[in-house]
Amino acid sequence: MENILEIKNLSVSIGDKQNGFEVVSDVSISVPKGKVIGIVGESGCGKTITALSVIKLLPDPPAKITSGEIIFKNRNLLELSDEQLRLIRGNEISMIFQEPVSSLNPVFTIGEQIGETIRTHNKINRKEERDRVIELLKLVDIPDPERRYSNYPHEMSGGMCQRVMIAMALCCNPDLLIADEPTTALDVTVEAGIIELINNLRNEIGMSVILITHDFGIISEIADEIYVMYAGRIVENAKNELLFNNPKHPYTIGLLNSIPDLNDIKNKYLKMIPGNIPSPQNYPKGCRFNDRCEMMIDKCKRSVPLLEKVENEHESACFRSGEINL
Amino acid sequence: MKEETKLNESTGYWRGVWTEYKRDKLSVLAMFLIFSLFLVAVFDDLLAGKKPIIMKYQNNIYSPAVFNHKKLIGMDFSDQDEIKDISSFVIFPPVKYSATENDLFSVLSPPDKNHYFGTDDRGRDVLSRMIHGTKISLSIGFVAVGIAFIIGITLGGIAGYYGGRTDFVISRLFEIMITFPVFFLILTILAFRDPSIYNIMIVLGATGWTGIARLIRGDFLKIRNYDYITAQRALGANDIRIMFVHILPNALAPVLVAATFGIAGAILTESALSFLGFGVPPPTPSWGDVLSQSKKYIDFAWWLVIFPGLAIFLTVTSFNLVGEGFRNALDPKLRGR
Repeated sequence: MENILEIKNLSVSIGDKQNGFEVVSDVSISVPKGKVIGIVGESGCGKTITALSVIKLLPDPPAKITSGEIIFKNRNLLELSDEQLRLIRGNEISMIFQEPVSSLNPVFTIGEQIGETIRTHNKINRKEERDRVIELLKLVDIPDPERRYSNYPHEMSGGMCQRVMIAMALCCNPDLLIADEPTTALDVTVEAGIIELINNLRNEIGMSVILITHDFGIISEIADEIYVMYAGRIVENAKNELLFNNPKHPYTIGLLNSIPDLNDIKNKYLKMIPGNIPSPQNYPKGCRFNDRCEMMIDKCKRSVPLLEKVENEHESACFRSGEINL
Repeated sequence: MKEETKLNESTGYWRGVWTEYKRDKLSVLAMFLIFSLFLVAVFDDLLAGKKPIIMKYQNNIYSPAVFNHKKLIGMDFSDQDEIKDISSFVIFPPVKYSATENDLFSVLSPPDKNHYFGTDDRGRDVLSRMIHGTKISLSIGFVAVGIAFIIGITLGGIAGYYGGRTDFVISRLFEIMITFPVFFLILTILAFRDPSIYNIMIVLGATGWTGIARLIRGDFLKIRNYDYITAQRALGANDIRIMFVHILPNALAPVLVAATFGIAGAILTESALSFLGFGVPPPTPSWGDVLSQSKKYIDFAWWLVIFPGLAIFLTVTSFNLVGEGFRNALDPKLRGR
């Protein structure tokens, strides 16, 4: 399968050389054409930083990409000039964000904003632009698009705003859509609609999607392949069903266990992973999960476990993954 | 059902602002006042002056107040009775006195039915001078603030948007400008250059931009980190577009307020300059100039103090009220409160 995007050994640091600390270490992700890649993990484990690195939108300074390659359609994005990157952003790679309402400029109508993005990348006259915007609004299932065209963001609900953001992201038929927690700010019924929309669009347009979330429910529904991140590293990656049926990393198991189970009425308390995610300044030596892990051995404190193949299309970064059997 | 359609009906941005602005009756009144001052400034020749608005002379219709007709060159307009005699039809402006011509027979006469606001120490009609001064005072206010606005937005925007070293250099420049006692700086510059109204406009503009620049810088610093700016960058918008299309309209509300206050301030500074004799060169009329005539006769010539003083006060207050009204109306976040 042809990969549209390949992130190779990406490391990102925050701060200068003396006080700097690494927030993303040695992350490799490949995105095949037309597939949905899910990245899951707790807050603060580097998911968003990884995603922002792809289109070089990291706030620099303080964040800096220290090593790695990001290959998109045979070009290394990290070597492109700002102007070349600008032409890729929104055109070939688009991104949608967590807070749909605040991602739209409050002083323009949504029609103007979508139209402006179209104009940035295409030469188009006003009439065609309006038609295209309405077509896009229809595509993302916004009812009554002609009238919605002249609405301001504050006149629309969060779910509708996220649909507008998706329409903006799709206006140039991108090859890759990066969705950074697209449903975190929305309620559950709206969330289902948005996820279904992304899934349908993927099938219709054939674009690839990187979906970042901390919600296993969403991931299990549409992701083809899942990467689990912890403290700036990828700890496990597998095909969708393999990860849920046969997790091989203690952190993944912990995450899966902490999903509340409606049928489990005996346990009064939610299961959870003890402790907190360490801050990047003081990641533990060796495996970064060692201080919270039930299966910790001495070796985990000494050396870093690398991602190793545990079965076909399934990798895990744990010394004892062979012993794990659920 | 009716309520629902009303909710979905979207109003344009400026119409929304206007609806919001209209709620404050005092601001509407102030805007009306400024609008009338504009009309006065534009039609000053029709309101005050010696030349007739319309006259019929030898079967032709002329408008000497507005145009310099070739046929009428050399005609003396000082004696209005004579003009009445030679033309079959004539309409004079409501204030029949020139703003610049001396009339030594009626020096310092108090308001009466001829001179509604009295005359100054050279016998010039105060009302006529104030009507013509409106044009000078308002245009100084607007042009000076316009210059300040352009400098302030450019420098403040660049400083706030790029941050880092650029911001450091430009911010130090603001601070250096602020340390100057502006009024004395203006006096010094005008002492070297001739005090034409253009020089006054440039000097006021070139010294008045720091407040606007600081407001713009602060808002740009804040807004450039907002989600919708990141989103725009992710969608491929370039720096200029982000700065002027996306950030500026969101940062404009406090600046427009500052600009209206700035106009008020510029009019006031011009009056102060004229009062000190550094303002527009005589005999050009301006409100400050009329006020400065009163210095020597302040013990009895109350009309030289009250009328220009009131005009300055009302104009400055009106601009401030309009600024405040706009501040409340421009912010979409405050809408509908």
